[in-house]
This record gives sequence, C-alpha cells and structure tokens, in this order.
Amino acid sequence: MAISALVPAGTQAPHEPERRRGGLIALALLVPGLAYLALFFLVPFVSLLITSFGINDTATYGGYYYAFYWQNYVDVIAAYWPQFLRSFWYALLATVFALLISYPIAYFIGVTIRERKLLRNLLLVLVIAPFFISFLLRTLAWKQILSDEGPVVGVLQFVGLMGPQDHITGTPFAVVFGLTYNFIPFMTLPLFASLDRLDTRLIEAGNDLYASNASTFWKVTFPLSLPGVISGTLLTFIPAAGDYVNASQSFLGGPGTAMIGNVIQSKFLITVNYPQAAALSILLMAVIVVIVGFYVRRAGTDDLL
Amino acid sequence: MAAGAFAESGADLQLEGIRKTFPGFTAIEELDLLIPAGSFFALLGPSGCGKTTTLRLVAGLEDPTAGRILIGGQDVTAIKPHKRPVNTVFQSYALFPHMSVIQNVEFGLKQRKVPDAVTKAHEALRLVELDHVANRRPSQLSGGQQQRVALARAIVNRPALLLLDEPLGALDLKLRRQMQLELKSIQAEVGLTFLHVTHDQEEAMTMADTVAVMNHGRIEQLGSPQELYELPRTGFVASFLGQSNLFPAEVESTSGGLITARTAGGVVAMPAERAVVTSGAITVGVRPEKLRLLSEEPARDGLENVLGPGRIVDVSFAGASTQYILEIPGLGEATVFEQNMVFGSVFTAGSEVWVAWRREHTFGLDAAARVEAAEAARGDEPEDIADSVRVDGEAA
Amino acid sequence: MSTAETSTAETSTVQTSTVRMRQADARRRRPVGSWLLPLYVTVAFLILLIPIAYTFAFSFNDANRSNISWNGFTLENWLTVCSQPDVCVAFGNSLLVGAIATVIATTLGTMIALALVRYRFRARSSISLLLFLPMATPEVVIGAGLASQFLTIGVAKGLGTIIIAHTMFCLSFVVVTVRARVLSLDPALEEAGRDLYGSPRAVFWRITFPLLLPGIVAAALLSFSLSFDDFIITYFTSGTVQTFPVYIYVAAQRGIPPQANVIASAVFLIAIAATLIFQVVSARRASRLKR
Repeated sequence: MAISALVPAGTQAPHEPERRRGGLIALALLVPGLAYLALFFLVPFVSLLITSFGINDTATYGGYYYAFYWQNYVDVIAAYWPQFLRSFWYALLATVFALLISYPIAYFIGVTIRERKLLRNLLLVLVIAPFFISFLLRTLAWKQILSDEGPVVGVLQFVGLMGPQDHITGTPFAVVFGLTYNFIPFMTLPLFASLDRLDTRLIEAGNDLYASNASTFWKVTFPLSLPGVISGTLLTFIPAAGDYVNASQSFLGGPGTAMIGNVIQSKFLITVNYPQAAALSILLMAVIVVIVGFYVRRAGTDDLL
Repeated sequence: MAAGAFAESGADLQLEGIRKTFPGFTAIEELDLLIPAGSFFALLGPSGCGKTTTLRLVAGLEDPTAGRILIGGQDVTAIKPHKRPVNTVFQSYALFPHMSVIQNVEFGLKQRKVPDAVTKAHEALRLVELDHVANRRPSQLSGGQQQRVALARAIVNRPALLLLDEPLGALDLKLRRQMQLELKSIQAEVGLTFLHVTHDQEEAMTMADTVAVMNHGRIEQLGSPQELYELPRTGFVASFLGQSNLFPAEVESTSGGLITARTAGGVVAMPAERAVVTSGAITVGVRPEKLRLLSEEPARDGLENVLGPGRIVDVSFAGASTQYILEIPGLGEATVFEQNMVFGSVFTAGSEVWVAWRREHTFGLDAAARVEAAEAARGDEPEDIADSVRVDGEAA
Repeated sequence: MSTAETSTAETSTVQTSTVRMRQADARRRRPVGSWLLPLYVTVAFLILLIPIAYTFAFSFNDANRSNISWNGFTLENWLTVCSQPDVCVAFGNSLLVGAIATVIATTLGTMIALALVRYRFRARSSISLLLFLPMATPEVVIGAGLASQFLTIGVAKGLGTIIIAHTMFCLSFVVVTVRARVLSLDPALEEAGRDLYGSPRAVFWRITFPLLLPGIVAAALLSFSLSFDDFIITYFTSGTVQTFPVYIYVAAQRGIPPQANVIASAVFLIAIAATLIFQVVSARRASRLKR
C-alpha cells in the first residue's frame, strides 16, 4: 500500500490506458495541485536564488540588500568546501552500507519467504516499524546506547578494542551509523518492491542452465532488481546529503562532523545570514541534481515518476 | 425510439461508410453492414482485423472517423454510450469487483431508474441459473459463472442490440461448447439482436445465422455459415474458415456455364457461378473433405475432377477422420480428410493415389488467393493493434 | 507406428533420468547457505528494533527531566502524560498539522493523479518533473526556501506556515501512490459502467472512486506519516510553534522528559496494532472468500 509510493520506476502495473484529450476537466483537475506546487515550491526556490545573490547586512538582524553579489558563492565554497565534501562522503557511505545491509533483508522478505504471506507481512511491518517512532528519538536512543556510559562502549573497553579515552559518539563513525540506520527502511522498501516482482522461475532457469547460486544472483537476480536499487539509493542519498540531525552535536555528531545541512541550518536560524545560507542551499541542490542526473542517465531510467 | 424506452425485441443495426483511424494506422478502412433485427450475427476475423474496434464503435466507446451508425433506423453516431440502447458483454467480463453479483446485474436498471430493478435482476440471474450466488462477489465465482453473470447483467436491460466481445475466450473447451448452446437458446428465446465478435471460426459457424469475415479493416465476405464455408470468395476466407486446397491454374475456356482450367496436374472444371474470375490466372479450390482418394486412376465420367498421380507423404489419425497429405508433382501438397468408415487408415504413406471430387464442389478464386491464404494460415498476428485499442498515441 | 512408440519410450526414459539428476543437484546446492540468510535477517531486525525497545523501556524511567540514566521503573509517566504540557501541546500540533495537510494534499494529489493517467496533454514531462522535484530536493533546501519566501512576503511563521509546508511536500507522494492505483484500474470496468447507462458522474462515483479508495487511503496514511515525523522542514517554518519532533529537538539539548517517550511509544503501539489488525482482518476476509 504505502509501499507503492516507493515503488521504483519500471515495475509499475502494465496497463497503458487510453488517454482522452486534455480538456477542461483535465485542467480543472491539474491546476489546483500544480498551482500549489508552483507557489510553494518553485517560488521559494526562486526566492532562494534571489536571496543568494544578496549582500548580508550585518547591521540588522537578518537583513540583506538585493544585489547581484555572486561573490557569495565563492565565499561559501571557500569557507565550507570541507563540509560539502564531508556531506557527500557520509551520504555515499551511508547509501552503500544501507544497500549492503538492506539487500539481503529485502531478498529474504521478497523472495525467500514469498509464499509465507503472514510472516512476510509481519516482517514488512517490522521494517516500517522504526518510522512510527520519531526519528529524532531513534537517533537519541542510539546516542545514549553508544554513549560513553552506555553498554556498547563498556563491552568494547572491557574486551580491549577501545581505549579509556575513545568515544563512539561524536565521531564520523557514529554519524554514518546514524544515517545508515535511519535510511534502512527507505532502502529496503523499494528493493523489496522490486524483488517481490521477481519471477522465481528465472532463478530456477539460471540454475537449470548450470549457473552457480552466486552466478545466478549476479547475472539474473541483481540486474532484474536494478530499478529497486536505483530508487532506494536515490531515496537514501539525497536526503542523507542534506541531513543535519545525525551530525548535530546534540545527537550523534561532534565538533568535526558538521555536514552542509548543519551549516545551512546555523546560517539560517542562528547567525541569520540569509544570503550565504541561500547560496549554500542552491549549491547543495545543484550538486545533487548533477550527481543524480549522471547517475540516472547511467542507470537508464527515464520515467522518474 | 423514445429515450428510456427499450425494445422488447431486437432492432436492426446499420453501419454506413464507417471508417476509423488511430494515430499511425487505420483500424477500419470501409465498413458497410446491415444486421437484421433478431438475428445472431458473428463478426469473425484474426486479431488486428478491426472486429473489436467495430464493436466498440457500435457501443459508443469509440467515435468513428467517418460514417454513420444507425440502430433501429435512428442515427446514434453522436449519442453517448450511456444513452444508446446497446449493451456489451466484455471479453474480460468487467464485473465490478466491489459489488455483489446482484448489484452488478441491477446496475444498468438502477441507472435507468427502472422500477422493480431487483426483481428483474433476479429473473435475469435465474435465466443463467445463477440466482443462488446473487449475494457473492465476482471474485468468488468461477470463470464460467462470471461469464454468465456478465451476460445476465447485459441481457437484463433488454437492449435492442447485444454486443459480445469474444466472451467465451477464457473458458475451457467443454464449458465453451455448453455456453455456445446456451447463448444461442437465450438469443432465440428473448429475441434480441446479438452481435458476436470472435476469432474462433468454429464458434462463429455454430452459433450465428450470419457471419461476416473481417480482415485488415474490411469485410471480406458475408453470408450464412454454410455459404461462407462452401463458397468462399477470397483466399483469406477459404483458409480462415476451415482448410482449403488451393491450386494455381489458367482458365482454358468457359462454355455451357462451366469454366475449364488447366492445372499442372490435370484439367479441372467448375460451375461458372462458383468462380470469382472467368479468364486468365485462377486459383482452383476444393475442401479437403470433398476429396476422394483412389488407388487407381479413375475413368473420367464428366461429373468429377481428377488430379494425380500423387504420393501420400503423411497420414494422421484424428479419431473420426484421417488426414492425408499428398504430393502431386507440379501442384504441391494437397490435404484430404477421409471419414474413418473402417478401422485404421485405408492408405499408407508412400502409396501412389489419385484424388477425385465432384465438379460442383469446386470454387474459383483470383490469382492472389494463395498468398492471402498463407497469411490466414499463419494464425493470429503477433501485434494485436486494432483489437487492443488502449494504445497510447504517444511514445510507448 | 511401432518406431514412433519405441522412440517415445526412449524419450521418457531420458526425461526421467534428467529430472532425477536435477533433483539431486538441487538437494546438494541447497543446504550450504540456507541458515545464513535467516540468521542475518534476525540479527538485522534485532538491531533495527533496539532504539524502539530503548525508547519504550525508558518511558517507564522514573526521571523528571533528564531521561538518560535509569532511575527506576514507574508507571507514573504513562498515567500523567500531560504533566509536561509542552509535550502534549506539541503532540496536538503534530496531529492537527498532519490531519489538515493530509486532507489537502490527498485531495489535490488525487486530482492530479487522475488527470495524469486519464488525459493527454502537452506539458506532460514538465509536469512530471515538477511533481518529482520536491521528492528529490533535500529537506534543508525546501525548508530554507520556504523560510526565505515567508520572510520576503512578510508572513509570520506559525501553524499556518507549517501546514502549508507539509501539504507541499506530501503532495508528490500522494500523486505517486494514487497514480499507481489508477494505473492498475481496469479501464474495461469504467467502459462497462458507461455501457450500462451510467452517466460520467455516476461512473466516477459508483465505480472509479470506490475502486480507487484503497490507494487514496494508502496515500493519506503515507502523507500523515510523513507529516507527523517531519522535522527539518518544520523547524525552518515553525517559528515558535512546536510540533512533536521540533519539541524533541529543542528538548534534546536540555533533557527530554520521559513523557515524550510515552507519547512516542503510544503512537508506535497504536500504529503497529492498527497495521496488524488490518492484516488479520484482510487475511480472514481472504480466507472467507476462498470458501
């Protein structure tokens, strides 16, 4: 049901319906929603763009002059390129780990126990279950479990894998761990949707044609699940790159783990330097669009929606 | 016909100069048809020939690019489907899954605000012997039951014209035969006009009073099943309905109402009215069951055509009959169906035989007939275009 | 004929031995990894659910403000949830925002989905892009953009702006969900409705809409979940108003009272229970239909 929102392109229902010519009714159906999106998505975007060229007025709180001060972009790149790179690096790590962790789970639910409907539905519910606890609380829970006073550190120090001065929280490891954890459902569901539609007879055919299990997986199963892989990685990478909760110092982050999201947030809401905050947002958006564009073109999906 | 008042008996259907094009191809070239009231009419043809498009035009689900549609003399071309006195039994039954059987059947009556809808719906269900499942959902019924509910749902509205879109396609053989008989008896009992669209030639011939064979958006031939079968006028009809032996020949003479033609295996004659061409190249046709196999060359008695000698290359036992395929040098292959009057086959593979048949069983087609026949024999075309109208005109 | 019989017999012998060989092969291949995957999945699920268990456990902690170390078991938090009024107010705001945003987003989104599937029009690919972009944009950017726009217009941030923001980002998800459902609808059903004298309005309300309803409900649920759990965009557009996630973020610095855990756990339990009940009911209905 709700899973279908994350259904990857290419695995949709096969019906191509006959379409009537767009007339007055089509217009009436489309205009309200599209106007809303135009007003509250496109316009803010343009607004952000305009602001990003403004000059910050340090005298007033949140004031800025309208100008074409493209220097903003240079300034923020010079100042914050480490955070940029770090964000994409963390997001990439989180995406890869989430993929590696989620794929067997999705495979298990979608292929192995496909026949056992009750168990399958139960496990699907368990995958979505973390959604029902606010993700902030989830992240906080990990913060406390991984904290210096928590059980994990205790065990690791006892066993000798960690020294008495080492932490887990506040390190890049913790941030990536948090990111990975929070996005596992986003990765699992599209993978599941794709694998659920896999015709198991194809796997049998692979085995029948003398392919080993590993070979069958790489040559048959994985390529067929590619739409799910693409959806899942996009749904993970894009939000992860802009995340700032995990990296925030109140949660799993530390002084050296600030991601670009943290910078934007602080520029916007704390130092109230709107032009620079806007420039950073636009840059983030642009980089993501470029990355996603290359990725999608290489992967070959046309219909994103 | 006043709006809301529907016929107690069937009405004529007339298609005048109908043409239907879709972006990229023409589904129906030119269609002129008159179906008399109260008859069981079959539109027969392979996938993609335009028969389903014709049905949808009559139902009002499509608009013709040109031409008129008249029902009972009234021009309904511009009238929307929900105002036409026509009902359709869909190929996939299209039973509303969220309603019970009885709610499905009474849907049309309720839309027209007919009084006593429930009673009438039960009546219709009784007609198809399914009143006992009235409160079940369609998903709980078998294929055959669903098909009967779809029929009841359409019939209960007493439409002037009932359209059936290959309704028996999804049923197994035995059930299909049973439904064929039931449909025919219901039609006779209720007196509606039935327009039945199918690609199954046996079905069309068994059920219909009149059959029209469609190919590439045109009607190739129209007539009673027997007419069509015994006197096909095109190579397509000759091969699509049953099987035919077709031999190329040249007309030698026409005299005394008889056409004589020379084939590579001998001279044959046929009544002139059974030939489409009277000079030049001609295709000589004869049905396999009309042929007699003889182990010796028969005397020419002027009543029969004889071809041979040929050699039997295949013998297939089919229960009631045996199918022989023979090679006649110069002519190619010929197929013969012989009724098994004795146990086992009479002739064996490799034996030398002659074939003979009565002259009046011959039919003559034009020179292109063999090419058309090959196309018909290939069966359903792989791309079912005209019959699956739900193609997006844009790139897909 | 006799040659045909012998060859058939030979073929069947070959077939039987091939089948036997394949069965033996399958038996040999199966056992090696067949316990590995279930073990992995079990461990993975345990780890996935740890924070939930932790949150749930600590809702019983006898603590006041700082719910970090375990003090003792108490039911007090569950019984006096709103003794910390901020928590309940925030929760109420989340519910309100979720409800309103869901209603608007579902209505607008369903309309768009219907139009997209049923009608042809020229701007199709640009419209698809416009619908896809919000799902692909990082929340930081959306939040910053909206905050920037509200600032420029001069609209005060509050409940209204939160609702506007939530409706916006839920819209695309509704369209995708409902669209999938519309695509799976057999067009023959609506044609049958028209054929059976249903006017276009009758066909829509008596046939199309009831069949779309499961998809619309799914979209509404998705929309509500997204709205309820949203933090980043809300934080940019909420000003002083707090929704539940915002409350937690702000409170994280000074200490989250266990009542927040109570609410979160309660929401979790209700959601799980509802889902499970739904599964059981539809499973029972399915088995009843089979009879």
